[in-house]
Amino acid sequence: MSKNTISPYRYVRPDILSILTSDDLFTKAERQPTRYSYAEAILELGAKNPDIVVLDADVSKSIKTNLFAERFPERSFNFGIAEQNMMAAAAGMATTGLIPYASTYAVFASMRALDMVRNSIHYPRLNVKIAASHGGITPGPDGVTHQGQEDLSIMRAIAGSTIIAPADPTTTKLAVWAAAEYDGPVYLSFTRDPVPVLFDMDYPFEIGKAVTVRDGKDATIIANRDLVVQSLVAAELLAGQGLDVRVIDCHTLKPLDIEVVLQAAHETGAIVTAENNMYYGGLGSAVAEVLVENHPIPMKRIGVRDTFAESGPYLELLKKYGLSAEHIVKAVEEVIERKS
Amino acid sequence: MEMVQAPMSIEELEKMAAVIRCDIIEMICTAAAGHPGGSLSSADIVTALYFRIMRIDPEDPGWPDRDRFILSKGHACPVWYAALAERGYFDKAHLATLRRLDSILQGHPTMNKTPGIDMTVGSLGHGLSAGLGMALSGKLRKKDYHVWVIIGDGESQEGSIWEAAMAASKWKLDNLTAILDYNHLQNDDSVDKVMPIDPLIDKWKAFGWHVIEIDGHNMKDIVDALEATRSFKGMPTMIVANTVKGKGVSFMENVCEWHGKAPCQEEADKALTELRR
Ligand SMILES: Cc1ncc(C[n+]2csc(CCOP(=O)(O)OP(=O)(O)O)c2C)c(N)n1
Ligand SMILES: [Mg+2]
Repeated sequence: MSKNTISPYRYVRPDILSILTSDDLFTKAERQPTRYSYAEAILELGAKNPDIVVLDADVSKSIKTNLFAERFPERSFNFGIAEQNMMAAAAGMATTGLIPYASTYAVFASMRALDMVRNSIHYPRLNVKIAASHGGITPGPDGVTHQGQEDLSIMRAIAGSTIIAPADPTTTKLAVWAAAEYDGPVYLSFTRDPVPVLFDMDYPFEIGKAVTVRDGKDATIIANRDLVVQSLVAAELLAGQGLDVRVIDCHTLKPLDIEVVLQAAHETGAIVTAENNMYYGGLGSAVAEVLVENHPIPMKRIGVRDTFAESGPYLELLKKYGLSAEHIVKAVEEVIERKS
Repeated sequence: MEMVQAPMSIEELEKMAAVIRCDIIEMICTAAAGHPGGSLSSADIVTALYFRIMRIDPEDPGWPDRDRFILSKGHACPVWYAALAERGYFDKAHLATLRRLDSILQGHPTMNKTPGIDMTVGSLGHGLSAGLGMALSGKLRKKDYHVWVIIGDGESQEGSIWEAAMAASKWKLDNLTAILDYNHLQNDDSVDKVMPIDPLIDKWKAFGWHVIEIDGHNMKDIVDALEATRSFKGMPTMIVANTVKGKGVSFMENVCEWHGKAPCQEEADKALTELRR
């Protein structure tokens, strides 16, 4: 970047450009699976607030909530491999004023225990935080049974749900803390695989407020969780072709920030959504619903098509299943083409 | 493909179990991910089933009258893949592709990709119910195949295990045998610390099952129990197999960390030396 140009980026770490343009983004940059960032955040939260309790279902070593268990043994409850019991018990704890963070993998949080999550947590609007690791096809090698590729769509279908899928370690911590301040059920989605640290602590995290992290006028990419970094890489690749693309970190899937979506629609005239989740029912659908009713413009959804994935390294899976920066670049080119 | 002969003698089975343990170590080391502990603890039982007990035809994996096997604790699939490969269901070369893109050997067992896998599993607490369904179907159609399901002790914390337990005794499914890999460890810690499941034998009896307790690493015990259960009539059988997680590799035995950790090359070499002795 030359000295005269103003950076299009906001709230990012100072070396963001070198991170995004390096060939070994996922091996060299400072990075962490966001499940670990959750574990760090909950540790700090536990020290401040005695009402915070952490519930586990025999994956505390994987999520690192075992650190919370070591530090606050009396406020840590391992239910064993019994996710349904854990979720309904979390509901019971919340009725007494505790703030339970029920931690497991996305497939089990959103599917194994879904009835409990709907009827015992969301219907009575109890103050339970559901901490779901292994979102999307981030748990690559474990394969389909452990890849939570539909949890965001499923959770969006529940009345009154709040769903947050933070992009990086920094915003994950901010999300975990914000969830504690919010009175009501919150579903938090984390990655199994590491993602680079993208943002600084001055990131203005507010539930329901999407953040424009890269300015641009030719098109907008609206992304969440681990596809935010892919979208930023895509934006840089597009910048190389002279295209000026906005990137919105839509960490809160629900409630969707309609204002920011419509502003981007008006100002840039084309939108691509990017999510490591089914391409229906999640972010793409949410944005499409808003656009169709208010301001239809060219749009394209990046997401897992109507298929199960397979075992494989995370980054290779992103490429095979159409979720990589290169796929986002193509989608942006296509919507810009359709604008004219 | 070279086919091994079954049924094997106790001595041959013991040798085959050692070969399968080596396959497990090599596979997980090459994949750099996977679950060695629970694969090794099930190795003797799985070997007995595939090389002596089960009525199966590796040339015809879909044979409708075959015995069915489900490794409900699907994370331990390296032991299943090794047994299938050694028995001739597919080429052993596939073992090196575990967990890779485009492999027939997924991180958790997938019936539509791997010849010989009778049921897709990986989310714990499903396999016994699936086995129950196969057993009910066998009764309905008057087939004499037997259904064998291995479950984990940690897995036994899932409520669905006990739902299946109730149902199998309601329908008197003597064509269904569950084998508990009782290795006392799960992912986070010992089963006792995480969520105790004892008194286990009393529980299964109370649920209406015929219960046998064996040493899960004594081949003769295993074979005797499995053979007896096929002819036992009137109720489903639970074989509680006392096992050691990581069995056969000294530094993995009874060590919780080896639940889901791959050995590096040096560790694998050490393990293989021990197993080949
Ligand atoms: C429903 C479900 N919850 C959690 C997991 C993650 N998980 C995989 S293995 C495992 C521990 C299994 O322990 P156990 O059944 O004792 O198996 P073993 O010791 O024989 O390996 C856990 C919690 C899962 N696969 N399925
Ligand atoms: Mg166990």
